[in-house]
Amino acid sequence: MMTIKQVGEILNAEVLTAPDKTDKLDMEVDSACGADLMSDVLAFSAGHSLLLTGLLNLQAIRTAEMMDMRAVVFVRGKRPTQDIIDLANDRDVILMTTKYNLYAACGMLYINGLH
Amino acid sequence: MKLSYTVLEGEYARAGEASSAVKKVLKQLAVPANVIRKIAVAMFEAEINMVIHANGGVIDVDILPDKVFIQLVDTGPGIPDIEKAKQEGFSTASDEARDLGFGAGMGIPNMMKNSDFFNIKSEVGKGTTVEIAVNL
Repeated sequence: MMTIKQVGEILNAEVLTAPDKTDKLDMEVDSACGADLMSDVLAFSAGHSLLLTGLLNLQAIRTAEMMDMRAVVFVRGKRPTQDIIDLANDRDVILMTTKYNLYAACGMLYINGLH
Repeated sequence: MKLSYTVLEGEYARAGEASSAVKKVLKQLAVPANVIRKIAVAMFEAEINMVIHANGGVIDVDILPDKVFIQLVDTGPGIPDIEKAKQEGFSTASDEARDLGFGAGMGIPNMMKNSDFFNIKSEVGKGTTVEIAVNL
């Protein structure tokens, strides 16, 4: 269990969603999944509260929304377009971007206790 | 409570809007979060299928005291072999659908997994009707 803020610190990530949502960074996440295939996230990730992905489109946000995930971390330094950020703001999903790739980012969170 | 949505052909960016709207309504009705998630995931998968496989269609949602019933009707190409389509991993999705992060052959299995009642009828050249019910 760690806060979204701690996730950001471990991954040296930049928060992309609105500044007025910074209080949401104190929310806790208790598990995470890493995938580029939203079909797999929908099928196998019930109960996870954080998504790490290289998939940069609106469906990544909608998938997180359907699964009640609190935050999405885009890997490999990917930066979403404004429509993706706007949808995340509207749905209360925190967005971050990290320069680490999916494998490394998941591993760093895992060794820090997020399973 | 009855809700109805029209899903437009090729509207990849808007795929999921109807499921999102239903999720919001169920939240307002104080339906338990785990039940909302089942409904949202089953409907989202079906809505995505409607966009990537059919030519859009109509979704009718009936929120009853004991269950939520969702009917999705499209006039798309239809499914030649429904039993095959129900198998995990079987997919005929386009590259465009795969770019969206879908097309892993988990759509129908995931709809079945998240529903208490599931029915699919399809006729090649005429279209497909999916019925999903989740108990409240």
